Amino acid sequence: MIEFQQVARAFGSAKAIDGIDLKIEAGEFVVLIGASGSGKSTLLKMINRMESHDSGRILFDGQEITRFDPRALRLRLGYAIQSVGLFPHWNVARNIGIVPQMLGWARPRIEARVQALLELFGLDPAIYRERFPHQLSGGQQQRVGVARALAGDPDVLLMDEPFGALDPVIRASLQQEIARVHRSSGKTIVMVTHDIDEALRLATRIVLLDHGRIVQVATPLQLLAEPADARVEDFVGRSEVGIRLLSLKPAASLARQEPPQSGAGPGLPASASLRDAVSHLAARQRASVNLTDASGGHAGVLHAADIFSPGAAAVADPAAAAASATWGAGG
Amino acid sequence: MQLTLSALALLALAGLPFVNVAPNRLLSGEPLFFLALIPGSLAAPAVLLLGLLLVNALAALGRGASRALAASVAAASLLAMAGLLWLAGEQARLLAQTASPLARTALGGGFWLALLLLGLLVADALQRLRLAPGWRSAVLLAALLGLGGLVAAGYGNDLSIMKEYANRADIFAGALARHLQIVLLALLPTLLIGLPLGWAARRRVQLGAALFPALNVIQTIPSIALFGLLMAPLALLAAAWPALGRAGFSGVGLAPAVIALVLYSLLPVVRGTLTGLEQVSASVRDAACGLGMGRWPMFWQVELPLAAPVVLAGVRTAAVQSVGLAAVTALIGAGGLGAILFEGLFSSAEDLVVLAVLPIVLLGVAVDAFFAGLIGLASRRAAGTGAATAESGAPA
Repeated sequence: MIEFQQVARAFGSAKAIDGIDLKIEAGEFVVLIGASGSGKSTLLKMINRMESHDSGRILFDGQEITRFDPRALRLRLGYAIQSVGLFPHWNVARNIGIVPQMLGWARPRIEARVQALLELFGLDPAIYRERFPHQLSGGQQQRVGVARALAGDPDVLLMDEPFGALDPVIRASLQQEIARVHRSSGKTIVMVTHDIDEALRLATRIVLLDHGRIVQVATPLQLLAEPADARVEDFVGRSEVGIRLLSLKPAASLARQEPPQSGAGPGLPASASLRDAVSHLAARQRASVNLTDASGGHAGVLHAADIFSPGAAAVADPAAAAASATWGAGG
Repeated sequence: MQLTLSALALLALAGLPFVNVAPNRLLSGEPLFFLALIPGSLAAPAVLLLGLLLVNALAALGRGASRALAASVAAASLLAMAGLLWLAGEQARLLAQTASPLARTALGGGFWLALLLLGLLVADALQRLRLAPGWRSAVLLAALLGLGGLVAAGYGNDLSIMKEYANRADIFAGALARHLQIVLLALLPTLLIGLPLGWAARRRVQLGAALFPALNVIQTIPSIALFGLLMAPLALLAAAWPALGRAGFSGVGLAPAVIALVLYSLLPVVRGTLTGLEQVSASVRDAACGLGMGRWPMFWQVELPLAAPVVLAGVRTAAVQSVGLAAVTALIGAGGLGAILFEGLFSSAEDLVVLAVLPIVLLGVAVDAFFAGLIGLASRRAAGTGAATAESGAPA
């Protein structure tokens, strides 16, 4: 879908982007991550020609992007940014409808698209269609921002730290929503972040950048289990690798199919991560917890022993974990 | 605020001459104080007016700042303004019945000051009413028309200023029209040049760096000097191309007047356009560009609507300034209300000066109110309709 071939960009003598080779397949959720100045944002903006490249080639859909008209290219690439940038003088419906309008869609089709996107992001169209950006909370603004980016049904969605300015609770719920959108739409998503947990949670592949070069391209699991070098280890946090590995796997995966334990206190959703489960157990000083499924029914019992004992080897032994096929796809 | 203004209005009426009565137009007259009206045949309305002012002042001591209170203060003050006008007119009429036909009743300091203070009271009350900007302008316009109607109906016909008007009625309308013509003729090229210049200055920093010092220097040149500077080159141009001269283009008259006003107006308009465009947030631009919006759609649909309040604030400054400066252009033969003003100045006829200054001031106020309304609407649009922040966006 998108391919970088020896792409470079220099500001004076400093190389902002230095020989990037990267191939992004259709349907992937690629997260570009790195410290400030690593070139992750520049690399993202090169895709829709908001930034230019000095040398190398960038291919979109098999064609070099310099052969596209920049505006035509951008209409096929959804774009969402941290500061959202909603048009303050337009209501939500017009904000979302701008790309379809530029694409020349008929009015009823635009209306239907706006309706569908608002519903997709859990915003009641009856209430929010006519609202203006200043009447929305930060989280709602970003939902509209992402909806706007998706409105023209783009092949690729580019997101530049879209959730960076949101508080942790709102951010987590938006991360869930974008993961859901990715699963249901199958769109290619390229996202920039500096939050390793966000990257581990969402990405099918993570691209770690440092000083304009790629340090490692890996699935979340590989990144934790087989860091390419000390820079990667630093970035993922040496002391927290274990905890982050736990966050990649749902609690249900280690549950024993047992009847619910009485007096076990409040249960935990089966979809929660093992990391949440460990936190839950530690906070309550317990060795096990009942899991509940989406409808509130019993979904087995998770024992602390299974997380830390050889029975849970997949977590304790990184090499074995890497071999487990289910993890990488879990995202 | 309300108490102070009302009290000052009462003091002005008590301490300054309400009208001056002179045997003819050139002699300065004897002052007649407002309180001196009380024993006469105008006693009842005069007492009524004083009562109205007193109640207005005392209303400020009442509780809170309710909208009803503000509305009644505005209404009472407008009524008092009309009352002042009517009383002065009646006083002049009574005098005209007894005195010689040459005798003049000129409006005194007490009248003008009280009228001004009442006007401020109205403006203050309207501010507190928090009317939508369009409505505030509409109310002001209606008030001006109401007072104008009183004058048009002949209630002030025996006042000295109206006698001056009667003497000049044939040229007054023409002068007013000419004044408006000069202002509008200057405004059009100002917008045609200033808006693109402001837009270009935003794209090229060097342009602004060269442009603004030049425009600033122009602002510092006194208007009369600027007319003088323009006279010679324009006269030469007209001489070199007779076609220009036949089209009415010469060193004196309309051409240098309009050119000078354009030069003065450019600074606020260019500055306003630049500032307005600059304050459109970078994230909105970034998003618009990233979504695939072209340069022109972005300008027309996004940048201009968002910059409009500040751009219009610049145009407002330019327009109000032009209304005043257009008076001075009479000195180079451009005509307008300035012609009457200078005639009054040179013949020491105070009322003739007032006759010219008054419409200039009213015109300035009307232009200002018009743009205030426009800016209010534009800021509401820029912020999304019904925005609570729209009010603060418009300079009051």
